[in-house]
Amino acid sequence: MVPDDEGGGLMRADLLTDAVDGLDEALAAVDGFDDALVDGLLRPGPGQAAGLAGIADAVAGSPPAGRVAEAAEKAAAGAAGEDHFVALAAARTALLGSVHDALVARVEEAVGRPRAEETGTAPADGAEPAVNLLVAARSWLCDLARAGWRGIDHELVAGASAVVSAMLPEPGLRRLAALLDGFAAELAASCPGATLEQVPVRRWADLWSRALLLTLPGAASVPAVAEVTGRLLPLGVDLQEHATAVQAQVHAVFEPDGGGAPRLVRASVSAPKPDTVVGAGLWQLLRPHMSLLAAVSEGRAMELDGMPVTGEGDLVWEDGRARMGEPADVFATARVALPSAAASATAPLDRHPARIAVPVLLEGYAVEEGDGRVAFQVAGERVAVDVDRVPAAGPLTPEVVASSGACVGLLRWDDGEFLLQPLAVERTVRKKAVAVHAGAWAGGTADKAGVRAEKAATDAVTVLRERAGRLLRK
Amino acid sequence: MVPSARPRKLAKVPFVELADGRLQGVVSSGSDIGRVYVSSVAAGTYAFACSTNNNRPCGGARGGFCNHIRALVDEAVLQYGVARVARYLKAELTGEDPDAHTVFSAMSSTRPAQGDSSAAAQVFSRFLRHLSYLELAPTTAPLPEMQWFPTTRAVA
Repeated sequence: MVPDDEGGGLMRADLLTDAVDGLDEALAAVDGFDDALVDGLLRPGPGQAAGLAGIADAVAGSPPAGRVAEAAEKAAAGAAGEDHFVALAAARTALLGSVHDALVARVEEAVGRPRAEETGTAPADGAEPAVNLLVAARSWLCDLARAGWRGIDHELVAGASAVVSAMLPEPGLRRLAALLDGFAAELAASCPGATLEQVPVRRWADLWSRALLLTLPGAASVPAVAEVTGRLLPLGVDLQEHATAVQAQVHAVFEPDGGGAPRLVRASVSAPKPDTVVGAGLWQLLRPHMSLLAAVSEGRAMELDGMPVTGEGDLVWEDGRARMGEPADVFATARVALPSAAASATAPLDRHPARIAVPVLLEGYAVEEGDGRVAFQVAGERVAVDVDRVPAAGPLTPEVVASSGACVGLLRWDDGEFLLQPLAVERTVRKKAVAVHAGAWAGGTADKAGVRAEKAATDAVTVLRERAGRLLRK
Repeated sequence: MVPSARPRKLAKVPFVELADGRLQGVVSSGSDIGRVYVSSVAAGTYAFACSTNNNRPCGGARGGFCNHIRALVDEAVLQYGVARVARYLKAELTGEDPDAHTVFSAMSSTRPAQGDSSAAAQVFSRFLRHLSYLELAPTTAPLPEMQWFPTTRAVA
């Protein structure tokens, strides 16, 4: 146990390594289904039928039991239609939703913060995006399931391209478009499936089932439910990217004006991109669309006035509703404001272990290094550190993490264990605590290496824009 | 997950990809700023094609790989790494420390045939599609699906 007097550093790390009841059983049912997708459901064998029956059994006590059982039977006979595939994807999503809930309950216990209050969800907004595109996407995904990961070839994978191109300009379809684009690129890089050495079985089943559910009208809509006014204290930036999309998410503590409970929120900005825009180029692409990135780099809070927020605690950022605030130190925020900040409940469809990203502060740990891996020894427990998730265009490196004494990070869960993704670390240089932030370059930098990376990225985009100006619309 | 592309200078070869069973891309003309060459090499057979965006054949690509194709291979290796390019093209690499030159020679030495240039229009339209990604509006609505695509420090 970390002694109480360490304030925000209090975390019951032992709870993170304890077994979670029912977890293995739920994941075994998921794995059985996922294995069935490897060879495809065109002519399934007995092993695949067992996997399909397994997932139906696992949800037998729940409302969709009947539909899932029927879908499993049809699929085992090689006769599944689109509705059957959707039912199976829904069953898989529900099982992983239960895994998510069990893991989140465990994290809440470990960090000892106030429990998320259900704020309720708003109905999907009225705008129904082009149904024909959703139908086209669904049909491609069902073809994938029939072919199986071992059966993919360039022709099949290329089928996504036209759908994605048509979807990307539609804001309401951006979620599905970005997912399909990244998924298809990954499949294309793995073609032909027949000679693939290793299939990322659970990952592709995740992407497949998630995409399939997003083809249901309204599934991707998570509208804002309120407007908030008060002070936003950033904790750090999480960067996500695939070849043709990037998203930066700022995790922060929000303190409402006039008192009231502080809460954990996120602010996101994302953009489609050419695959040659990488590194510092990602920040350049996003920077003009969210002033919060500059605040993060400058170490400042922001004052929000009527900023829309979803039931999940996602701010839907508008620069016009935010202004730069006072300097705010991330570690002060983590020590003082984070312990009482409540998280929001996750929307039903988003409940998945991959979605877990809980801000925590760790202090007083010992660093364990070896094989290029880093782990923290916290109160006698080992917490693996995921240094790969730290953006390359920034000053935080695995070496800096390994020499740190305090860390603000996101607690995640992957492949059976909890991991810590560092957002910022504090280390002692000449008896002084110095903070290094993963997202330090998000809003710009004067760092020498950073300036060089910025210049290279600017040149790349300049060339592309010049080429686009000459060759597009001719 | 696919490691992200390695940063490279784009002035000479603004676009390169491994797609449609080919290494294909667009090479800027050294003499005319408004002209680009659309070049490709097929996986397995190494059948090659090179022509301008106005469909004129490349003078250098008669009987063998031209310099545009050499530039294409160089930049593909920079962007994706030599192993992925060789695997995609089914090029047998011999010797230690293979590089772009090894891949180029391995293919070129088989005396590949000139392919038809019918793919050029398709490659060019893929390039335009690629450029159009710069024109798409960023959004501040969250994309939860991007959680499956964390940044990694790994590059190709």
